[in-house]
Amino acid sequence: MILGSINPAVLMAALMVAATPLLLAAIGELVVEKSGVLNLGVEGMMIMGAVTGFMIAVNTGSPLVGFVGAALGGMVLALLFAFLTQALMTNHVASGLALTLFGLGLSALLGQKYVGITPPRTPKLDLGPLSDIPFLGRALFSHDIVVYLTIALVAAVWWFLKYSRAGMILRAVGENHDAAHALGYHVKRVRVLAILFGGACAGLGGAYLSLIRVTQWTEGMTVGAGWIALALVVFASWRPWRAMAGAYLFGGIVVLQLNLQAAGVRIPVEYLSMSPYLITILVLVLISSGKARGSLNAPGSLNRPFHASS
Amino acid sequence: MIRLEKRKEPSKFWRIANPFLAVLLTMLAGGIMFAMLGKDPITAIRLIFFDPIFSDTFGSYSRPQLLIKSAPLILIAVGLAIGFKANIWNIGAEGQYIMGALFGAGVALAFFPQPGWYIFPLMIIAGAFGGFLWAMIPAILKTRFNTNEILVSLLLVYVAERILAAMSLGLMRNPDIPGFPGSRDLRRYEAAYNSELIANTGIHWGVVAALIAVIFAYVMMTRHMLGYHVRLAGQAPRAARFGGVTPARLVVVCLGISGALAGLAGMFEVSGPGGQVRIEFASGYGFTAIIVAFLGRLNPVGIVLAGLLLGLTYIGGELGQMMLQLPSASIQVFQGMLLFFLLALDFQTNFRLRLTKGARA
Amino acid sequence: MRATLLRLEGLTKAYPGVVANDDVSFQIAEGQVHALLGENGAGKSTLVKMIYGLVQPDKGQMTLRGQPFAPSQPSEARRNGVAMVFQHFSLFDALDVAENVALGMENPPPLRDLAARIRSVSEEYGLPLDPSRLVGELSAGERQRVEIVRCLLQEPKLLIMDEPTSVLTPQEVEILFRTLRQLSAEGTAILYISHKLEEIRALCDEATILRGGKKVATCDPRQKSASELAELMVGQVLTPPEKPPRPMGDVVLQVENLSLRSNNPFGTSLKDISFSLRAGEVLGIAGVAGNGQDELLLMLSGELLAPSAQVTLKGLPVGHLGPNARRQIGLASAPEERLGHAAAPDMSLTENALLSGVARKGLARRGFIDWPGTERFAQEVITRFDVRTPGTHVLARALSGGNLQKFVIGREIELNPDVIVVNQPTWGVDASAAATIRQALLDLAGKGAGVVVISQDLDELLEVADSFAALNEGRLSRVRPAKGLTVEEIGLMMGGAGDMHVAHEASA
Repeated sequence: MILGSINPAVLMAALMVAATPLLLAAIGELVVEKSGVLNLGVEGMMIMGAVTGFMIAVNTGSPLVGFVGAALGGMVLALLFAFLTQALMTNHVASGLALTLFGLGLSALLGQKYVGITPPRTPKLDLGPLSDIPFLGRALFSHDIVVYLTIALVAAVWWFLKYSRAGMILRAVGENHDAAHALGYHVKRVRVLAILFGGACAGLGGAYLSLIRVTQWTEGMTVGAGWIALALVVFASWRPWRAMAGAYLFGGIVVLQLNLQAAGVRIPVEYLSMSPYLITILVLVLISSGKARGSLNAPGSLNRPFHASS
Repeated sequence: MIRLEKRKEPSKFWRIANPFLAVLLTMLAGGIMFAMLGKDPITAIRLIFFDPIFSDTFGSYSRPQLLIKSAPLILIAVGLAIGFKANIWNIGAEGQYIMGALFGAGVALAFFPQPGWYIFPLMIIAGAFGGFLWAMIPAILKTRFNTNEILVSLLLVYVAERILAAMSLGLMRNPDIPGFPGSRDLRRYEAAYNSELIANTGIHWGVVAALIAVIFAYVMMTRHMLGYHVRLAGQAPRAARFGGVTPARLVVVCLGISGALAGLAGMFEVSGPGGQVRIEFASGYGFTAIIVAFLGRLNPVGIVLAGLLLGLTYIGGELGQMMLQLPSASIQVFQGMLLFFLLALDFQTNFRLRLTKGARA
Repeated sequence: MRATLLRLEGLTKAYPGVVANDDVSFQIAEGQVHALLGENGAGKSTLVKMIYGLVQPDKGQMTLRGQPFAPSQPSEARRNGVAMVFQHFSLFDALDVAENVALGMENPPPLRDLAARIRSVSEEYGLPLDPSRLVGELSAGERQRVEIVRCLLQEPKLLIMDEPTSVLTPQEVEILFRTLRQLSAEGTAILYISHKLEEIRALCDEATILRGGKKVATCDPRQKSASELAELMVGQVLTPPEKPPRPMGDVVLQVENLSLRSNNPFGTSLKDISFSLRAGEVLGIAGVAGNGQDELLLMLSGELLAPSAQVTLKGLPVGHLGPNARRQIGLASAPEERLGHAAAPDMSLTENALLSGVARKGLARRGFIDWPGTERFAQEVITRFDVRTPGTHVLARALSGGNLQKFVIGREIELNPDVIVVNQPTWGVDASAAATIRQALLDLAGKGAGVVVISQDLDELLEVADSFAALNEGRLSRVRPAKGLTVEEIGLMMGGAGDMHVAHEASA
């Protein structure tokens, strides 16, 4: 039996690793969209993070410094987007696409000397006796620190949006920027900060791919992860915990699909490997057709340009 | 203090001048990039933008290439621009391009080796249909379930790429050369070959199709109610409903047109310059066409110019790789920068920069 | 004599092309209810934005209790005890009441304490509110309460209210006035912006009148008649529209027991609507904003489809037909939102003439547009309705509100419809344009067309309507003859109690 050869604990562990880059990018984009901006450049920012994180980690020998560099790499691209959309009021969709196309090109250019190199290893977090618990130890407590920090980040974003005043202002700006402006809030400042946060998260997600999940750099290695992260935000109806659930669900599908490939199922690899994209589309359909709930939660000013007339 | 002030009417001058300015700025920034890569910037820029046409050494090879590279870009971009005008964002033209090629090639391979004048026209229909079909997936999901067409059309590119791989390795593989991925070479199958119509010009049926598409789009956008409705829906969706536009119908029409044109582009490519179905068949025309559409101001005539320019960068990029060992990715960066500069400059079209005295009283 | 709270001296603010305020000076005493009166475009909004710190004056200064006062942003104004209730744009639908209140405060307490304070303040002033409800689910009157409570929690010294009664029924207006008088008695000054003269005469101690950005007069409104105030505000004597007696013809439009879901999650669904309209009749439909006016217009224009037989036009079932098919049969409409719905902002007047003109004027053959013909049509509308514009090539958004409204209504009238439906035909339009528009609608009725005017302006409805109904939460009251209706009766109809009232009378 093919499925029998797959160890559920290993599958669970692999799922968390597969989900982490998506979750990082999605949680960043969620905050961006909550502020009323749609940044379609996630894919571009992710791959920039992947390449800058990889380069810096290789040169410094420190994955940690690599991750910091990746966050900065994503932020630099995000800053460009923020400048275009907030200062020059360009079309969000076009600017996001430009970001992705540019990011894919620039990352390929930057990374051409790094193809085939192995990056420094990121150690697994030592959780002592927790890791020795049967099943759960292998599934949940045998990961690198980034996996756990990402979960903490989801919690932090959830708390920030729900309970903090700054989070309330961010939601207000995303919901109705004219009203927020009339009350004296700095719509653009809030949005620029949100966009930068989104860029940093996408960059970290990219670095997780190149430094931990794949442990090498190849051109275009994100293969649509940024777009899937965008879909996850819609799937999550702009709620952090649901984004996490979505990412884990998705990670599960990716891992299962890889396992089936490895187990030699009699379906060509090409068809198996298109399943993540098809399932993303399916999930988008399911979530969008339940119209009322999903769209009620969408930020009211999402993707509407703001220019203070007074 | 500098303030942005909205113009009463968009500036016509900047609308036309900005693309040219953007090209100049891209050359400048590109030059700096090449200098940083340790190449001579002037040589590099000349190699990309001038030598493919004016050089004695490469001209004879690369001049016909210009139309070969530009035709698919123009064909795809014309369709995309119609959708973009209506705020319907098909960014998955690459996938539709692949599907068009597969459908077109599929017809050819099914008839192989029979002769017949009807085979090529059938391939054209099949190619357009393949792209149309692939574009109908986001269209129908959008109209039936309100699913975001940007994400769906894009995700379908990855699916199409994998179908392409599966076809190259499986169903369409050339049975005469076992062990190698890729289909039969359609250039060696006369009934299916999209050959050069006038020798050494690069003009094949795809170029003719692009020209027809441009004229068709121009007439539609300026003289026909459909074009008017497209513009209306993009600028003021509520006014469009008031004017009797059915949004769902428009989504189907716009995605259908752009999908069919992208499919045609793929079909003309696979039966001519590309020659066969293989894993590396798709070369990003579907994405570059997005830049072409914007650079051409979503206007059919502008798209012709923009398509020629970006076609040039493809050829120039190849020359640069050959002569200066410029990395192939640098052309992608170039194209991305071009779009950035254009978008950034466009604020001048709608806004005026105004210097104000320290206005705080 | 009460002490001066706020003094404005020579405030001037210019925007490119217009001087919004030119050397405006006046003062407000503590506890005074001070009216700021003027037409649309007279500069009222800019003036209060300067006081609230949203805009900085080019020239002039303000003093608050004798101290120089130059707020650079709203939070600074709020810290100094200035609060403002906006007419539009300051609530967040997807946030709850408490969050909305907190966003308008400088140092809000934790949300739990705030909820308690919202309850106590709202009860103290007779404005009941549930802090945990989503604002998007509230009625227009309740939304305004949120704004007022938000201000009151900060114990302001000066409360600015921008056209507060435009969203209220007459009864709700009474409640609001009671609240404002209570505040005034407690020492809070109120700057009350309006163009409704009777209200100002009922409420205010003093009035400053603006016209074309300049101060025209400061006076005691109770000492002036409404027509004197009107003349100061408009600068000319306006003649009310003529309403010649005319015979009523056959029924041209009929709606029967129609219920329809709104296409907007925060919209109002229509519930069991029935009415009929005869040729030559002007039916006025009143109602507070957000009670289904938009949906009613969309349903009549064909933008929202209904079961075919429930809407009949000249005897034909049209419920299932879209806007252009209905236009061909003879129904024209003009929605409330001029820019973005009745006209596309970034298109020229010629292109906008095509928008609804194509269906009845034969401006396209087999889909190919007759541009010269369309331009002639646009030019006709411009000439006949005195639209001030340099030409037909001008973008819709470059026109002033009044001119664009004349163009939009004129375009529909030029189609020679048998039925015309308009929503808020003179909203935000200057007095002379408003008079032109009302007259044109009456003239059309005089030629035998049925006219439906949906409006939140009762004075307008009483001026033009032959029969009268009101919308409340998506239900339409019984249609009654307009003649002899009192404002109280109308208020009850708008509040949804009109029919019960009548039923009560009948049974008594």
